[in-house]
Amino acid sequence: MTQDTWSLGGHTFTSRFILGSGKYSLDLIRAAVEHAGAQIVTLALRRANSETDSILDHIPAGVTLLPNTSGARNAEEAVRIARLARECGCGDFVKIEIMRDSKYLLPDNFETIRATEILAKEGFVVMPYMYPDLNVARDLVNAGAACVMPLGAPIGSNKGLATREFLRILIDEIELPVIVDAGIGRPSQACEAMEMGAAAVMANTAIATAGDVPQMAEAFRHAVEAGRLAYRSGLGRVLEHGAAASSPLTGFLQD
Amino acid sequence: MEQNTQPMEGVTVVEVKNKIDPTVYLPGMEQIDPTVREQVTAARDRYRADAYTARDVRAALDAERRSPEDFAALLSPAAAPFLEEMAQKARAEKRRYFGDNISLFTPIYLANYCENYCIYCGFNCHNHIRRAKLDPAGIEREMEAIAKTGLEEILILTGESRSMSNVEYIGEACRIARNYFKTIGIEVYPMNSSEYAYLHECGVDYVTVFQETYHLERYEQLHLAGHKRIFPYRLETQERALLGGMRGVAFAALLGLDDFRSDAFATGMHAYLLQRKYPHAEISFSCPRLRPIINNDKINPKDVHERQLLQILCAYRLFLPFAGLTVSTRERAGFRDHAAGIAATKLSAGVSTGVGGHGGEEQGDDQFEIADGRSVQEVAAALRERGLQPVMNDYVYV
Repeated sequence: MTQDTWSLGGHTFTSRFILGSGKYSLDLIRAAVEHAGAQIVTLALRRANSETDSILDHIPAGVTLLPNTSGARNAEEAVRIARLARECGCGDFVKIEIMRDSKYLLPDNFETIRATEILAKEGFVVMPYMYPDLNVARDLVNAGAACVMPLGAPIGSNKGLATREFLRILIDEIELPVIVDAGIGRPSQACEAMEMGAAAVMANTAIATAGDVPQMAEAFRHAVEAGRLAYRSGLGRVLEHGAAASSPLTGFLQD
Repeated sequence: MEQNTQPMEGVTVVEVKNKIDPTVYLPGMEQIDPTVREQVTAARDRYRADAYTARDVRAALDAERRSPEDFAALLSPAAAPFLEEMAQKARAEKRRYFGDNISLFTPIYLANYCENYCIYCGFNCHNHIRRAKLDPAGIEREMEAIAKTGLEEILILTGESRSMSNVEYIGEACRIARNYFKTIGIEVYPMNSSEYAYLHECGVDYVTVFQETYHLERYEQLHLAGHKRIFPYRLETQERALLGGMRGVAFAALLGLDDFRSDAFATGMHAYLLQRKYPHAEISFSCPRLRPIINNDKINPKDVHERQLLQILCAYRLFLPFAGLTVSTRERAGFRDHAAGIAATKLSAGVSTGVGGHGGEEQGDDQFEIADGRSVQEVAAALRERGLQPVMNDYVYV
């Protein structure tokens, strides 16, 4: 097999596991990143907005920073936070997170499209977190997104691929990388997303709240690699209802 | 200074003649849609803590998403034997939403002038205490001293006196605060939404107001004079703050003023209903209590001991797992540290409740005595020892 890489905004990556940096004790972040083998690490700009204990100081050098706009309630706020992230030296990547709901933290697709359009024009590598809606995904592509990041389940819920059928549609129809974000609670779920053909998966809570953080980060790394390898290998046939004769309906045909 | 409601040591109750009607808005008070307020008080009136059984508590604990009825059961006496399980579940919920993070902040008292007569409060206008108000230079000095401790979030407080601490004065303090802090909250007298909009422009995004009690008759007995006596105006404060553009609002009853279970239920319902109406609102709770007299539980079974307080904290956490929850220095260090591992998301640290207590000489007396006098560094170290992560800021003003 040729080397399996993927690209975003002119950067090429070999790891397909994006790690979130929230919810940890800061001294565990470095170990988590290293054990996960992650090359892209997200961080909340609002959390990096600290003089005394900036999360930036705990992310190993060499990884691509992906600041997110959490705290934004509309496109304008997301744009302001993205610009602030760039000024803070976080680079050109930005993950758009716009929530107008403090309970479920579901992304606002409409505002996300607006913000994507503005930020893409300003040269950002825009990675929009979204609810998996095909029409919205197409609008995001047209607005200049670098990928789409549909949620698997509500953020932090660890419920896995609750939106499975819709993720499948996005993976089939969208030419850009589809990165499954939010809700992935177990390595097996990350593996399944990769088997389905996701370009990458992102997780945070599942690792940050594990009993052994570095070990869980490593478990995810293996799961993502296994899922990717399975996808590239072409999955074997899975029978839905028991065994099947080889040609139950057409076996009568002669010559 | 806060002790039992009456009689209170060191507090003389002064007779107030011609008490005003607590249900009638005073001139200048903004009136908004009363729906949420009416729903909250109706829910409190209906609440019967003794109606719930162990079965209800079991169902509430097992529920994946908890309803107001589940919340009601978790606050009831029937839930007391389940406290350990409640704590375990609360801890799991908190980790899911907040991970290891615990936010730190400190209050700053700008002034302790007050025009209200709340018979349980150290600041009330009939108490003979040293009154003071910081001038801009004094505010600057205080804030500089606080910022040196590493804190990046501040809660600005005044006594409830519009004439001594007007909105412009508070706005000026907020503008100064922006030079020293990333996150600014206020806990001052209730205002109109246009005034909240002004303070939001000055850099504030969070508003805390304690309702004290959600029981109108009791409220009337305890708040004898002043603007604060107007019950509906106070109960609508959080909604006016949101209408004024604030990002987050905090709720609290002073537990023990009246039946604490009913007041905790009303507090939770208040937050729940407002968040439903304003889904973007960030909601949080404080959990102040009147300390019971030691060994007094036979005399007053309604006293809020640590067990009851923890039950309330867990019930808030299980009902609204995404809500913030602050435990102040009214509580002792050991309780706060454990609560941070179970249900709380925010602790104050390096606290002085007097006016001018940080930067130099204290000019005005304290509102209440604190039970946890640890410095910011000490609180942060204690949290780290428990595997928790002190967070100085998780916010950006947009």
